[in-house]
Amino acid sequence: MLLNYIKIAWKVLLRHPFYTFITLFGISLTLTVLMVLTSFLDHLIGSHYPENKRDRMLYIMQMRQQDSSRTSNMSGPMSFKFLTDYAKSLKMPERVTITTFINSSNAYVGSQKIKLNTKFTDADFWQVTDFVFLEGKPYNEQNITNGDQVAVITDDLKKQYFENATEPVIGKDIEIENIHYRIIGVVRASPFTRPFTYADVFFPYTAPKSNYRAAGMRGGYVAMILGKDKADLPAIQEEFQSHIDRIPLPGIQDGFKYSILEVKSEPYLDNFLGPLLEGNSGLTTIFFGVIIFVLFMLMGLPAINLVNINVSRIMERASEIGIRKAFGAPVQTLVWQFIVENIFITLIGGIIALGLTTIVIQLINTSGMIAYADLTINLNVFLISLLVCLIFGLLSGVLPALRMSKLTIVEALKS
Amino acid sequence: MIHLQNIEKVYRTSTIETLALNNINLDIKKGEFVSIMGPSGCGKSTLLNVMGLLDEPSKGTVQLDGQPVMKYTDKELAKLRNQKIGFIFQSFHLINDLTVLDNVEIPLLYRATNGKPRQEYAKEALAKVGLSNRMKHFPKQLSGGQKQRVAIARAIVGNPHIILADEPTGNLDSAMGNEIMTILQELNNEGATIVMVTHDEQMAKRTHRLIRLFDGTQVV
Repeated sequence: MLLNYIKIAWKVLLRHPFYTFITLFGISLTLTVLMVLTSFLDHLIGSHYPENKRDRMLYIMQMRQQDSSRTSNMSGPMSFKFLTDYAKSLKMPERVTITTFINSSNAYVGSQKIKLNTKFTDADFWQVTDFVFLEGKPYNEQNITNGDQVAVITDDLKKQYFENATEPVIGKDIEIENIHYRIIGVVRASPFTRPFTYADVFFPYTAPKSNYRAAGMRGGYVAMILGKDKADLPAIQEEFQSHIDRIPLPGIQDGFKYSILEVKSEPYLDNFLGPLLEGNSGLTTIFFGVIIFVLFMLMGLPAINLVNINVSRIMERASEIGIRKAFGAPVQTLVWQFIVENIFITLIGGIIALGLTTIVIQLINTSGMIAYADLTINLNVFLISLLVCLIFGLLSGVLPALRMSKLTIVEALKS
Repeated sequence: MIHLQNIEKVYRTSTIETLALNNINLDIKKGEFVSIMGPSGCGKSTLLNVMGLLDEPSKGTVQLDGQPVMKYTDKELAKLRNQKIGFIFQSFHLINDLTVLDNVEIPLLYRATNGKPRQEYAKEALAKVGLSNRMKHFPKQLSGGQKQRVAIARAIVGNPHIILADEPTGNLDSAMGNEIMTILQELNNEGATIVMVTHDEQMAKRTHRLIRLFDGTQVV
């Protein structure tokens, strides 16, 4: 039966190549946009190099201090000391790393200036993240204790800075802001869309200009917490919160008296959405409302278009419907036939879209639009797209099928 | 086998009401070959559609094998059509996108018949109408007579007791018409009950009984 439906669906496709082209073009384009979007979202929030364990990680991105009337507030990254006292001291996690968020410096190759993104990190940074070392190794606790002026650079910086990019650079010197560092490792670069790990050069936090000794709670540091298991994350969050709750309030920071202190350890995405939506349920509703609306427009409009084409084309197939009904097809079976046919057509559109998406993703990855972009169509993206295909197929198949079911046999046969 | 009682069929539009069938009482017995004649628009096809459960009468009762079918659901009616009735139409009503074999298989699709036996039954039916060599052809590649033979194969593939034929020779020349009529007579000899709408007196003479309609009323 299913084979017969598919056979019919295929014949219907071949019957009017132009209509088929329009239909498949609409479906493929929509699904391509959705797949690229899903892939991009996955690139942004999924577990990817060098944060492959994001699903069992918590991020502490900022501290927020508010006065008692909640009229003014200060927010931003924290001091190294604060994170050492309150995050590094956590008992439950497997490991906690402290790193600066975003710093920039300059280096010179001859007279040419290279703008660099730098990070000061502890040694645990290399355990929590999954950087691939192409040469050398990361700095360790000993380097940090000794205050060694060492650096780990990315392969990309190596290409820019050294004349011969094929030669090993371990032990060589790199001068950044008039300070000489010895290169002890070269890693494969991380995209700039992963700000917790993106940098061209990594220094131990005891290197010059790291400001790690700064007093007070605010500074330039953030932390990443790696749980032993995904299920431990809520308990780790609780433990961290209990540490924060111990801080006496009110306090004073740079002359600002605050009575409310918020520091959260949250999964990756929540760190970015939290500050946007926090404490405002109306805003949350609008945010998700907009997302749903955009998704509806993306999926709904082509679906409506397809419904329209299908409904008008159904009259073309009225005779077939009449014949099938006359020879014993119940309405329910015919409705399923139409839905299966539509899902089949949508799946063909999905396959085309998969091909188009691969091309688009390849273009994005190689165009340099996003440095070190590594967009992929992974299992998640593929499954979501498949689900979208099925919803799309159902959406555009049900209405024509219901319209068809209302045709009487005699009317259908006369058509 | 088929019992119609006080059948009335009215077609209504917003401005006009047409009485297509008026007080029809009819009994078709098992094994009969009955023809229905009458001028165009007298209600012959409507009567056949009512008998075949393709159309609902406005009044009256239809009984099939002693069972009144007026309160049957769509699913029950579909099952009844599938198992007991085979249709042959003047304009063949084959699905052009399907091969001859696929067309003949259609009634079996809506039964629990698997692919392999389904094909075997369809091939047997095609052999019966002498079209074994056209199985892989598409309807557009066939002559009118061949198309009607495919339609007959489709009507008989599920071994229905009743065959309803609406002007089966209407679109064919006399030689092909005779050929089709011969096949129908053979089917009747094998036990099928056949009701046939026709305009052709010669064809009607080859059946057991003739019913004449005029303006929706049975006159003979």
